[in-house]
Amino acid sequence: MSDGGDAQGAVGKSIAQLEAQEKASGDAKYIGDLYRPKMLHAAVLQSPHAHARILRYDLAEALALPGVRAVVTGDDVSEANRMGAFIKDEHAIAKDKVRYVGEAVAAVAADTEAIARKAAQLILVEYEELPAVLTPEDALAPDAPAVHEDAAAYFKVFDAGTEGNLCSRTSFHEGDIERGWRESDRVFEGRYETQPQAHVSIEPCGALAEIDPAGRITLWSANQSVFRVQANVCESLGLPMSKLRCLTPRIGAGFGNKMEPHVQPLVALLAMKARRPVKLILSREQDFEMVRARHPFKIRVKTGVKNDGRLVAREVEVLLDGGAFADDSPGVLGYSLLMSCGPYRIPHAHCHGRLVYTNKMRFGAFRGFGVPQMTFATETQLDEIADALGLDPIALRRKNLKREGDAWLGGQAILSNGLAECLDKVQAASGWTAKRSLSAPPHTRRAMGLSCCAHISGLLSTGAIVRLLEDGSILLNTGAVDIGQGCNTVLAQICADALRVPLDRISLASPDTDGSPYNWGTTASRVTYTTGKSVMGAAGEVEKKIKEHASEILECAVDDLELLPGGSVGVKGVSDCAVSFAAISARAHWAVGGPIVGSHSWVFDQKTVDPKRTAVIGLPFPQIGIFSFNAIVVEVEIDETTGGCAILRAWSACDVGRAVNPQMVEGQIEGAFVQGLGFALVEELVWDGPRLANPTLMDYKIPTIQEAPSLLQPIIVESHDPTGPFGAKSVGEIGINGVAAAITNAVNASLGVRLRQLPLTSERVLRALLVQEEQCAVEPAR
Amino acid sequence: MEKASVSLQVNGATCEAQATLYDTLLTVLRDQLLFTSAKRGCNQGVCGACTVLADGVPVRACLSLALDCEGRRIETVEGLSANPRMQALQRSFIRRGAFQCAFCTPGMLISAYALLGSDRPVNEADVRKSLSGNLCRCTGYKKIIEAVLETAGDRRSGR
Repeated sequence: MSDGGDAQGAVGKSIAQLEAQEKASGDAKYIGDLYRPKMLHAAVLQSPHAHARILRYDLAEALALPGVRAVVTGDDVSEANRMGAFIKDEHAIAKDKVRYVGEAVAAVAADTEAIARKAAQLILVEYEELPAVLTPEDALAPDAPAVHEDAAAYFKVFDAGTEGNLCSRTSFHEGDIERGWRESDRVFEGRYETQPQAHVSIEPCGALAEIDPAGRITLWSANQSVFRVQANVCESLGLPMSKLRCLTPRIGAGFGNKMEPHVQPLVALLAMKARRPVKLILSREQDFEMVRARHPFKIRVKTGVKNDGRLVAREVEVLLDGGAFADDSPGVLGYSLLMSCGPYRIPHAHCHGRLVYTNKMRFGAFRGFGVPQMTFATETQLDEIADALGLDPIALRRKNLKREGDAWLGGQAILSNGLAECLDKVQAASGWTAKRSLSAPPHTRRAMGLSCCAHISGLLSTGAIVRLLEDGSILLNTGAVDIGQGCNTVLAQICADALRVPLDRISLASPDTDGSPYNWGTTASRVTYTTGKSVMGAAGEVEKKIKEHASEILECAVDDLELLPGGSVGVKGVSDCAVSFAAISARAHWAVGGPIVGSHSWVFDQKTVDPKRTAVIGLPFPQIGIFSFNAIVVEVEIDETTGGCAILRAWSACDVGRAVNPQMVEGQIEGAFVQGLGFALVEELVWDGPRLANPTLMDYKIPTIQEAPSLLQPIIVESHDPTGPFGAKSVGEIGINGVAAAITNAVNASLGVRLRQLPLTSERVLRALLVQEEQCAVEPAR
Repeated sequence: MEKASVSLQVNGATCEAQATLYDTLLTVLRDQLLFTSAKRGCNQGVCGACTVLADGVPVRACLSLALDCEGRRIETVEGLSANPRMQALQRSFIRRGAFQCAFCTPGMLISAYALLGSDRPVNEADVRKSLSGNLCRCTGYKKIIEAVLETAGDRRSGR
């Protein structure tokens, strides 16, 4: 096996997606594009109340409507069957109580979508309204109504410390924080707030379920893991996992929204009741109202520094609104805290937070998984510190960077770290030093802003199976769902180079819980690293078996053999002495040894926390992953008349270990940047009392092509992680983590006022400009 | 709801469909005629994923009533598969990595195809303006702009 990649190899090349033709031709089939014989269409009735007891259902009118084939409600699920990644607190459909406006209360399967929707509106539900809690602070009040009366009794996979509406808590304690304050020359403290952000995959969530004559269920859905779909549906419906087969069509992006369940349990339930295939595609409004969104964070950051800029101590306290169900929230809390010291050496740290149930839609995984929020707080505070100490923001960061071999918060060693190079690259490309104060057209201001951040990728278990087929072609089966980012292609590139065959010799099996090895999911920026390693392992096993055959055919020692480019094996140093994969596979199939199959599976097992170093309670993620890094510089223009901000130019350098496919890496960095731009400037889910006020794309704006920066330069830094496949680490999320912080640092530099709340709407920026004007009027000397 | 017959010219063929007053062109194209390249992203005319050509002009299929399209010439990406201008755009989109999940791509391609319909030179501002009604959440738009400009440049240089 070649570990550096062949010159003619696929790794390191910008190869188009394997699905490029079907996608460009419009032939790619997403969940909404699947149709099955005798398929029914479904619709959902949503709760009008934030918190209410369900007293009874009247389904008579709905069932009487011609074309209606089945209706399901909470009566169709058992009390004991609850799902949840960390805390089992959620039924397939509201049972006994509704906990947020928009929650699914009933669902209908009918001959057409129009009939199903009409029937859903004919279902009568009698409620007894209960007082609702809509903010974490209200939910934590001593006499607050309980979102879950029995939350403490729910099954949990970690020590959550659940009490009342407190869903979970986590803390890290490292060094001696009190000593840290004593040793600090200056201490800075600030409170920061971030807003809920919607994922807005252009494809809404949906699912299609079908029962086969033997009673097994096949379920297709918009998903990020067929295995998480299987686990969630089976937990919530009380099915043995062997009875449910989960498959995937092409996915119209995820960003975290499609990792944990949306409507899959409901659709499986409808199909079981109707005994016909059932498809449900959420409307855009429902996708906003009933799936999940990025957590709003309230963050207090306190940092102690020496006068020369060395960081000494950090305390971080966060309060998370988790919404009505825990979902991935305990993970987001723990992970954001793990990242709260950033990529810096800070000897004394105390980072702690609470997660609270409220009567809102669940908040959950969204690209960055809590780090964009945390980075916004910590990186804007670092600029405040740099300003106060009279240091350049880059110089302050350089002084404190963690290096290779350093321990992360908790104690895990960093094996590769290209952050210093990322900083060098963005500094040089942006002309940072020279252009700190920028000239601007009349009535505008321009400034640059910077941020640094990290991301950790790995988590949980993964496998791969590589099969050498009769004709010498190769089938790669990993169970990893390509959600559009291109992992099918990247994994095929890794496999091709591991076996030194051309890329077109490899085909990808579509993820299938019946036939694919377990893959926890396309999430946590983990597929290239974790699944890539399994592909290497499985290909290595195939190589070993191929060589065993070849040694018998060529009558030589295995050690004397090498893979030759193009799919054959030969004797080292001897030309004209090669045997093809096809010949070996034929021999294996028909004469000796049996078909050649390589398999590999593993679970990420490096410990996050060294208990001798760090005291932790709650969910620190016991084994998490490897470290990627990012530095961003942006140039922002502020319109002094309107307060509107535009990102003129941006440079984002990511240490991805090794870019297996550079064009796809660039695509991740660019896409993450613009999604982060939306988070920084404009996107915000707004609740009007208990009701989401802007669940449409008319009222919830995401960046259009007009808002994309004039110059957006992705910069790839390759630190070659010793544990990664061909040195690769990750890129899916790292590019979004620091965007809001960099933009805010630019805006703050220009305003001379510190904004600590996202998004930086024109209203907020204009108000800051007016405040600054008043101050100038009072203090003319300034 | 009473259904009426409607005759649509879709991708060069006459298609008979049944539609109520409320059925959109998008519903009929997808659920009855199985032309699924046009996507339902918002059903409200904002995201642009359902963009198709009606008599050569880009329209939102989710805002167009099926019965109003009687006799109009409807084209989707499927129907333009042999068209050199569409093929050139598709090649550029692939070469430039201008899609990831590609759910928005058929609509994006239709808008870009319409932009390149005349011989007039096309600059970046034109591309941004013409595609401003097509949302993409994956790419950050940079590679889409590059792909359309590349196609426009090739067209003018005769490649």
